[in-house]
Amino acid sequence: MAAVTTPAHAPLGHAHASHADTPHADHDNFAAQLRMNRLGLWLFFISEAFLFGGLLAARFYLWGGTRPELDQNIGLIVTSMLLVSSISMRIAETAMERGNRKAFSFFILLTAIFGLIFMGGVMVFEWGLFPAIYQGHLTPWGDKYGAIVFAMTGMHALHVISGVAFILIVWNLARKGHFSKERHWGVEACAIYWHYVDVVWIFFYPALYLIGNVAHVTH
Amino acid sequence: MRLTSLGLVRGLIGYAVGLLLGMAVVVVSRLLMGMSVWEAEAAWVGGVFFAVIGFLGGVGALSDWLKWTRGAETPLLHGPPADKPAWTRYFGVDYNHKVIGIQYGVTGLFLLLIGGSLALVFRAELADSGISFLQPGTYNTFLSMHAWVALAAILLGVGGMANYLVPLMIGAADMAFPRLNAFAYWINVPAILTLLLSMLFGWDSGWTAYPPLSLRGPVGYQLVFLSIFSIGLSSILGSLNIIVTMLMMRPKGMSLFRMPIFCWAILATSLIQLTATQLIGQAFLMLSFERTLGMPFFNPLYNAAGENIGGQPLLFQHLFWFYSHPAVYVFVLPGLGIISELLPVFSRKPLFGYRWVALSSLAIALVGFLVWGHHMFTSGYGEYLRVVFMISTLLVAVPTGVKFFSWLGTLWGGRLTFPTPMLFTLGAISVFLIGGLSGPILATTATDLFLHDTYFVVGHFHATIFGGFVFPFFAAIYYWYPKITGRMYDETMGKLHFWLMTPGFWLMSLAQMTAGTMGMRRRIADYDPALGVENVHLLVTIAGFVIAFSILIMIYNLFTSAEIGATAGNNPWRSRSPEWQIPSPAPEHSYARPIAVVGEPYDYGLAGSKYIASMGAGDD
Repeated sequence: MAAVTTPAHAPLGHAHASHADTPHADHDNFAAQLRMNRLGLWLFFISEAFLFGGLLAARFYLWGGTRPELDQNIGLIVTSMLLVSSISMRIAETAMERGNRKAFSFFILLTAIFGLIFMGGVMVFEWGLFPAIYQGHLTPWGDKYGAIVFAMTGMHALHVISGVAFILIVWNLARKGHFSKERHWGVEACAIYWHYVDVVWIFFYPALYLIGNVAHVTH
Repeated sequence: MRLTSLGLVRGLIGYAVGLLLGMAVVVVSRLLMGMSVWEAEAAWVGGVFFAVIGFLGGVGALSDWLKWTRGAETPLLHGPPADKPAWTRYFGVDYNHKVIGIQYGVTGLFLLLIGGSLALVFRAELADSGISFLQPGTYNTFLSMHAWVALAAILLGVGGMANYLVPLMIGAADMAFPRLNAFAYWINVPAILTLLLSMLFGWDSGWTAYPPLSLRGPVGYQLVFLSIFSIGLSSILGSLNIIVTMLMMRPKGMSLFRMPIFCWAILATSLIQLTATQLIGQAFLMLSFERTLGMPFFNPLYNAAGENIGGQPLLFQHLFWFYSHPAVYVFVLPGLGIISELLPVFSRKPLFGYRWVALSSLAIALVGFLVWGHHMFTSGYGEYLRVVFMISTLLVAVPTGVKFFSWLGTLWGGRLTFPTPMLFTLGAISVFLIGGLSGPILATTATDLFLHDTYFVVGHFHATIFGGFVFPFFAAIYYWYPKITGRMYDETMGKLHFWLMTPGFWLMSLAQMTAGTMGMRRRIADYDPALGVENVHLLVTIAGFVIAFSILIMIYNLFTSAEIGATAGNNPWRSRSPEWQIPSPAPEHSYARPIAVVGEPYDYGLAGSKYIASMGAGDD
C-alpha cells in the first residue's frame, strides 16, 4: 500500500497551509485544531505549575521564615523588566490581530530584549557569573540559600531563554510572511507562554526576595 | 532495504554519537575551566544527556517540529512506508495511534520480561539462607533494577492500552497531537537504554533512591536519574495528549458519562501523570545536581558552630512520594478500568453503577494526592502528620470499595462465560483483593511501625500491582488480540497460562506477607535461618518461577497465533463498544465515517438498546 497524504496541518498558523476540500471545511478544521492546541497548552501550564510549586515547596521547607541577603535594587529592576515585557508582548499580539506586521515585529523583538535584560540581570548579579562587573555572594554549593536560589532562578531562566527562542522563531516566521490576522496560533502560543513565565516569576520574586527575615549565615 | 532506513537503527547511532559528543563537551569545558580533564561521573552525565537528544534526533522524532520552526509544511503520512516492508513502521517514527499503541505495549512486555528475569535471579539467591552466588552489592543492583525496569514496563503498558484503545473507543481518527504522541513514545527508548546501562556501574538503594545513600553510591545513580526524568517527560506529554483527545474529539452523542468506562480510568490516570510526575522529575534532578555540583538540597552541611546550613534528607522523601504514591494509582487505575470494561461483556449484563465507577476513578486519583506521608510513618517527621496521613489513606478504601461492589453487582445473576480474558479479569479481582485487604494494615500507623520495610510490604505491593495491572493487562492483551491481529489466540494455552499463573501468584503473595510478619526484612541479600523463613522463601522462589514460565507460554501463544490462529471476525466477544463494529485488524483510519452514539454503553441484554447508531448494535 502506498503512503497517503492528508492535508497538512497548519501547526503554527500559516496563512494558506491547508488544501481541504472547501473553504468552509478548512475553517472548521482550523477552529477544531485551535481549540485542541489551546487546551493542550493550558494543560502543559498546569503540569508546569507542579514543577514550580515543587520548587516553592523546597524553598519553604529548607528556608522556612528566613531568606538570603540579596540585592533588593537588582531584584526590583529585573522584576520590572519582566513585567514591562508582558505589556510589550500584549501590544505585539494585538498588532498581529489587527494585521499591523511592522508594529508586531517591533514589539515582539522589544519583548525579547526585555527578556534578555532580565537574563543579564540574573546572570551578572544574582549568579555572579562575571565577577569583574559584580561580585556575587552566593554559590550553588555554598549552603541551602545558594542551592535554592540557583535552582529556582535556574529553572525559571531556562523558561525565559526558551521563551526568547520561541519569540525569535515566531518573529522570523512573520518576517517570511507567515501568520495572518485570523490565523496566528504560533504568535498566540508564544504570547501566552511568555505571560506564563512572567506569572511564575511573580510567585518566585517574593519567595526569594521578600518573604522572611534575612539570615546571616556563617560558613 | 538499508539497515539505516530503520528509525531505531538511526536512533541507536544517534545515541552513540550523542554519548561521545556529550563526553567531549564535558572534557573540553573542564579543560577550559582548568579542572582535571577526566572525571567519570561528570562525563557520563553530559554524555547520557546528549545521547538521549541524539537518539531522538536520529530516530526522527524531532524532524517535523524543527521544520515548523523554519515554516516548512509537514504533511501527516498515513499507512505503511511505500518503499519498505510493512513491519518496518513499528521500528521508526509513525504517527498512527494504533502503531504507537503497539510500540508501547510490545516494549512494555519486553521490559516486563527483563524486569521479571532480574527478579528471578535474586529470588534464586534468596531461596536459601547464606550468600550463594550474588554478592550483596550486586544483589542490591539487581533488586533496584528489577523495580525501575518493571515500573517502566508498567508505565509503557499503560501507555500502550491508552494509546491503542482510547481513540478507538471514542471513535476518533487519531490522537489530538500525533507528533507529540510519537515523541512521547520514542523518548522512552533512549531512557530504557540508559537505565539498562546503569547496571554497568550498579546502584544499590532500591528504587526509592533515598539520599544520603543515593548521593554517595556509584555513577549508576546518575543514569537512573536521567532515565526516569525522560520516562516522566513521556508520561506528562502522553497524558496531556490523551486528555485533549478525550475532551475534544468525542463523537456526537457521547457525553462524558457515555464514554466506555476504560476512558474514565484513563482520564483519572492522565490527570495524575500530567501533574504529579513533575515532582519525581524535580526530585531526581535535584539529586543529580547535588551529586554533580554539590548543591546541598538533601545532604545536611554543618558550619563551625554546628548549625545545619545545608539540606534535609526528608525533603526528598516528600517530593518523591508526592509522585510515587499517586503513581501506584497510575499503575492500577487503567487495569481496574479494564476489569470494569470486560465484566459486562462476559456477564451479558449492564455495568453496575456506571456513574459511581466513573467517579470512583476520579476520587481515587484525587485522594491519592493527599496520602503520600503514609510511606514515611517511620521517617521521624512530625508525629501529628501520622494521624492525618493515616486517615486520608484509609479514605482510599471507599472509592476502591465502590469498584468491588460494582464488579460483584455486574457478575450477580449474569450469564457468565469463561474465555481467557474473563479468567484473567476474575483473577485480577481475586489478586487485587489480597492487595487491597493488606493495605489498611499498612495504612494504620500502629501496625505499619512493625511492618515497615518488611517483606509484608513487598507482598502487599506485588498483589496490588499484579491485581491492578499485570492480570488486567494480560486480560486486555487476550481480549483485544483479535482486533489487533485479526486472529484468535490459542484458548488452551491461554487457559494453561491462567491456571499456572493465578495459583502461583496467590502462593507467592501470601508467602511474601508471611515472611514479612515473621521478621524478614526487604532489600537484603541474606537472612538468619533462625527466623524460620527459609521454607517460605523457597515457596516464593518456586512460585516466582512458575509465574515466569506461564508468561513464556503467553508470549509463545501470541507469536504463533498471529500466524496460525483462527480468523476472528469483527466482533468475537459480541461487544457493544465501537472498536468491535469495524473490521479486524482495525483499518488504517479505523472508522470509515464518523460514528454517533445513541444510547448507553453497557446495556447488555436489554432488548432493542443501541449504543452506536447504524453500525450494528452488537447486543444479544
